[in-house]
Amino acid sequence: MDKGSTSHETQRFGSFGSFFRRCILSILSIAPIPNHIAFIMDGNRRYCKKKNLMEGAGHRVGFSALMAMLRYCYELGVKCVTVYAFSIDNFKRRPEEVQSLMELMQEKIEGLIKEESIVNHYGIRVYFIGNLKLMSKPVRLAAEKAMVATASNSRAVLSICIAYTSTDEIVHAVQESCQEKWDEIRELNASGAGYGLIELDGNRREQGEHYIGVADVEKHMYMAVAPDPDIIIRASGETRLSNFLLWQSSYCLLYSPFVLWPEIGFQHLVWAVLEFQRNYFYLKEKKKS
Amino acid sequence: PRGANVRVLAVVLLIVVGGAVGLRHASELQRVCRFNNGFGRGDTESLSLGCSGENCVISLGQSCNLGLFLLWHILHFIVTFWYFALRIANALESCLISSGLLKKYKALCSGKIQCLAIVMDSKDADQTSKVIELLQWLGALGVKYVCLYDTEGVLKKSKEAITGSGRFSHAKSSEEAAKTDPLLDQEIITVEFASFSDGKAAVVKAANLLFVKYYLGGEQEEPILSESHVAEALEAIGCGGPDPDLLLVYGPGRCHLGFPAWRIRYTEIV
Repeated sequence: MDKGSTSHETQRFGSFGSFFRRCILSILSIAPIPNHIAFIMDGNRRYCKKKNLMEGAGHRVGFSALMAMLRYCYELGVKCVTVYAFSIDNFKRRPEEVQSLMELMQEKIEGLIKEESIVNHYGIRVYFIGNLKLMSKPVRLAAEKAMVATASNSRAVLSICIAYTSTDEIVHAVQESCQEKWDEIRELNASGAGYGLIELDGNRREQGEHYIGVADVEKHMYMAVAPDPDIIIRASGETRLSNFLLWQSSYCLLYSPFVLWPEIGFQHLVWAVLEFQRNYFYLKEKKKS
Repeated sequence: PRGANVRVLAVVLLIVVGGAVGLRHASELQRVCRFNNGFGRGDTESLSLGCSGENCVISLGQSCNLGLFLLWHILHFIVTFWYFALRIANALESCLISSGLLKKYKALCSGKIQCLAIVMDSKDADQTSKVIELLQWLGALGVKYVCLYDTEGVLKKSKEAITGSGRFSHAKSSEEAAKTDPLLDQEIITVEFASFSDGKAAVVKAANLLFVKYYLGGEQEEPILSESHVAEALEAIGCGGPDPDLLLVYGPGRCHLGFPAWRIRYTEIV
């Protein structure tokens, strides 16, 4: 009997909570809502130590916090969400920890494709951003499968950054644009339309003419699937970007609440959006000029 | 009578604080009000910018919309009040620090900061005297290398004025920065000037350099580029300054406004 009444209570509390959330979200919608929010999920291990949990349990709690934040974001109407799940620097951690993280990721990625998951509820298209070749094969396959399975969703976008660092992304984009240009030149030469383009290139080289432009590099970025972020929220109060979205965060607001990732809640998202609204015109002017 | 006096004082204080916050909020209201003409959802381009300041023309479609509008202002008022309180607390702390009362700030070990970067609004950058003052304070703290950044390059234009006015040396390239005379080391700050073109455009120039070097001029069929190649190319074009340890943003929002991305990987941005 007791259990029944407590579960009834939690249900009522839960529905009151969601009603309250919907009220706040409708108030916030008066002003522009950010189009793209990025999260750096920092503080799982510190949370684990703080609550004396088993190793690795912090990441699981972090995952449920992530699901909650995603739900709030999509309810608010944010079209794109990016999440920094695993950095290339994180490979330097202890092998057991890396292994357990890989297993957790594989489990959760497979969970995402299921029918009743949040992804299908909100019509989210999932992208896995990063140098996926560095990941172990099962995780990579699960990620590719998830990307294919959600390819038809179009209401929102979720980008999960695994094996990602911004510098690696820039290098990759530079390499790809060089390769594309090279292939273009070779094709022109092969079809005879080059007219000795290679000789002409000697002159161009001296003049320092541009082969590759900003647009070429940007189109080969891993994050070309989403617009630039409007807010980057880093949990645990650290003020660094840690090699995350450095290229895309030129006019992006940085917000670092003093809360560990597993403890992040609706109120932090609300504060971040209010800050965004306060600085909306300032950043818009900066972007234009 | 004494109790009544205290109460009157408290009420007056509350009115003054409330008024100050209200004024601040009203000045922001002028900005944010522009898109409240239709209570539309985020689609600001379609909303006409037809209101200014206090004379907001609110289309009263439904009374609940007005209610939401008021609640939104209340939420933002809370944020404004919070920042107001924060500014007062910071001002108090600054006074205490300058008067030397707070012991922990006396021994500020600034040897830890090899390179400090400052991002400021281009309008603020016009006030060259303030920039020079800031540099002098940083010098007093013991910072040796400062990178000044503003989006439009206003600081670059006032390069001569800034470096000429004190014991500042201009960093033309990293080699020159390393050559500072050790005897004068205590007094000279190396100042670097950067603008938006040193960010994305510099990486694109580096990409072109790499293309010419490895694809057009190289023998390998498929060269593999790595981070060190890009770093070398950036140095070659003169945008390879040291990575700042700390980046101070002067402006309403915490945003690095396009500071060269390659250099702020692990920089604390405040």
